[in-house]
Amino acid sequence: MLDIRPILSTLKRHKVTAILLVLEIALTCAIVCNAVFLVRQRLDWMNTPSGIDEAHVVEVRPVNIGSTPAMHGRVDETLQALRQLPGVRYASLANELPFGFESWNDGIKLDKDVVAPVMHVTAFYGEGLINSLGIQLLEGRDFTPDEYAWLDDITSGRKDVVIPHVVIITKFMEDRLFHGSALGKTLYYGGEPMRVIGVVRDVARPNVMDRSLTYGSMLLPVRMSEGIGATYVMRVQPGQGDAVLKAASTMLREMDPNRVIQRKRHYSEVRAAYFASDRAMAGLLVGVCVALLIVTALGIVGLGSFWVSQRRRQIGVRRALGATRQDVLRYFQTENFLLATMGIALGMVLAYGINIVLMLRYESPRLPAAYLPLGAIALWLLGQAAVYAPARRASRVPPVEATRGN
Amino acid sequence: MFGYYLELALRSLKRSKALTALMVLAVAMGIGACMTTLTVLHVVSGDPIPSKSHRLYYPQLEPRDTDNGFYTKGEPPDQISWQDGMYLLKARRANRQALMTGGIAPVQLPGSNLEPFFARARYTTADFFPMFEVPMRYGHAWSEKEDEARSRIAVISTTLNERLFHGEDSTGKTVRYNGMDLQVVGVIDPWRAHPRFYDLNDSYADAEELFIPLTTSRDLKGPRNGSRDCWGQGGKVTEDALETANCTWLQLWVEIDDPARVADYKAFMTHYSQDQVAVGRFHLPPNVRLRDVLEWLDYNHVVPSDVHLQVWLALGFFAVCLVNTVGLMLAKFLRRSSEIGVRRALGASRANVFAQLLIEAGMIGLTGGIAGLLMALGGLWLVRQQPDAYASLAHLDMPMLAATFAIAIGATLIAGLLPAWRACQVTPALQLKSP
Repeated sequence: MLDIRPILSTLKRHKVTAILLVLEIALTCAIVCNAVFLVRQRLDWMNTPSGIDEAHVVEVRPVNIGSTPAMHGRVDETLQALRQLPGVRYASLANELPFGFESWNDGIKLDKDVVAPVMHVTAFYGEGLINSLGIQLLEGRDFTPDEYAWLDDITSGRKDVVIPHVVIITKFMEDRLFHGSALGKTLYYGGEPMRVIGVVRDVARPNVMDRSLTYGSMLLPVRMSEGIGATYVMRVQPGQGDAVLKAASTMLREMDPNRVIQRKRHYSEVRAAYFASDRAMAGLLVGVCVALLIVTALGIVGLGSFWVSQRRRQIGVRRALGATRQDVLRYFQTENFLLATMGIALGMVLAYGINIVLMLRYESPRLPAAYLPLGAIALWLLGQAAVYAPARRASRVPPVEATRGN
Repeated sequence: MFGYYLELALRSLKRSKALTALMVLAVAMGIGACMTTLTVLHVVSGDPIPSKSHRLYYPQLEPRDTDNGFYTKGEPPDQISWQDGMYLLKARRANRQALMTGGIAPVQLPGSNLEPFFARARYTTADFFPMFEVPMRYGHAWSEKEDEARSRIAVISTTLNERLFHGEDSTGKTVRYNGMDLQVVGVIDPWRAHPRFYDLNDSYADAEELFIPLTTSRDLKGPRNGSRDCWGQGGKVTEDALETANCTWLQLWVEIDDPARVADYKAFMTHYSQDQVAVGRFHLPPNVRLRDVLEWLDYNHVVPSDVHLQVWLALGFFAVCLVNTVGLMLAKFLRRSSEIGVRRALGASRANVFAQLLIEAGMIGLTGGIAGLLMALGGLWLVRQQPDAYASLAHLDMPMLAATFAIAIGATLIAGLLPAWRACQVTPALQLKSP
């Protein structure tokens, strides 16, 4: 049986220390619940799918010293050579990568005459990008070779250049803008009408400023030239990434010594770099949680020992009157359970309070109710573990202690 | 008296080693966490150019039409176009003015077999150096004349000078930047603004290694490193055509020494905007801003919100540690009721006992502070291993060092008030009774 009433009356005589312990548990509970929730959010965010075949994509980014005449031929020649490399399945020269930071963005419209754009999107350029990145085509078709134009031709403003008027959009864009199949529909990009010929599975933007638009991406049939951030992306056979990166960068430099490799990496490194500070923050939050729990546990041990040493005589009397060691042990465990329960109850109120502040200041979502029972269980267990040593010491107080002064 | 109390405190702390260690550890962890995060906040929210942050202003104009994806805030764009920037630069209505953008390209030494490597550059105009108080080691910065002459010259950083010329006076020598030869006219002393307020495209980046006249960089097609916002032509602008395009991509800074003339400058910008609306280049009513350095940093939320979150987290952690310390101290002081009773009976006043216990609390604070300092140093070392751009700046400076001890001792003294007061309530007679 639980001796709750005598415990409560004893605690009344140690009101201040008991309140402090409750307060400490409450604060810990509130902070840990919110911190764990923040960690969960970061982890979810870090796991945002990019929509590409991440395991098999590598990039090599060259920069040219000085300008290169006949760049178009150079790019074609380089791509052909890259495709010949053992282990390479597809190769393209792309303007940007999902979660690659640097992005090319613009507003698109559904109606030419409306002034404000309907969505802010990023445009991926590069020949055969669907294959090289491993993007899944859901509806429609990929671009045909004759639909592509060179970026520098398009921007030259020359009259003889045929500007592309077809586009492939993500499922996200289709759902948001067309509420049904988008195939054959038209959107306006830079004032030009673009017919939707394909829909792909969601591909993440290079840089997500607004998370509700993470997948606001589209593909245009545009061939890139080297420079301005253009990067050779290759989809490789399993396990061939390292070998391909090495061979590709050697080959690129051999073809032209004035070409410097600015960067060569696996896609996993692109992702890791993009989410690096989120990972660091999650690590920090976990670290603080662990530290908080340790401090709280030490506090329980400290106060528990104090109480035990203060009550040696009382314990002795109880033992002399027939209480077993088990009873004494359980007495202190129950006491801790009661204090922890009070702390947890107060802590939940505090946790919601902190969550509201986070919601207002950092646009954090609401704390799911599931975190509270989890936090409660964690603190109960922590309390029981921490109080065990002092409680066991109490249970070893011999009955003869009753006859001694304190 | 103080010395005696100090001795008593030390003796008492030694007597219950475990409890003391727990308290010191709690204070140390709390202090360590707080000082780590506060130092980071202190570093990232500091004034990058305290001597003149209230004299440097960042003019912004509204050159766009409503037909663009970014026109949402009712605020003019964060950067300025070539046409507007050049007009304001050449109008010379402020004491000093500099127009700039960032760049990155390979650097080589002509006639050397040194591998080319990438260096960050700043393409700017002559006033940049005096305006931002850039210290020169060798040679000199360039003048407006050289801007106009589009001279093939460069000012380089100490690090680049070390790397290319082994730290010698390299003025007159040649560096090859992006395949073009530039003559070094000056070498600057180590200089870095953090945050890098003058170009927030990368606010905590290192300072540039190479400074080139803006006009020269355009002649050389110097690759840019920074954002550009274009409107009305859908991203179909090449970098080479940026001078005439509807794009903002430059930063303009002006120095106005007389606060009374700030309003004049704003009026001048408004007039210019009106004129541009009249000729049909601008499409929106004049909307100008003239923020000084700190206002500009604040407007751009340069301090990452994670840093604020970390500070709050650390303060919460510190609160738990303090509550914990109060509880433990209470336990410790109350355990000594009989000792206190004896001292009271022998004539010590409540105030004496209170003072002595507070000194004991202060000792815990001091020890906790020293341990906390070590933890903060460790914490900052950890922060510097983090990937965030500001992380490498996280070092403890003297004011923060002093603050560490002030906070540690102050907080522990406050934590000691309640336990000490409770302990003083002991009635001497009651305690003397027991054997």
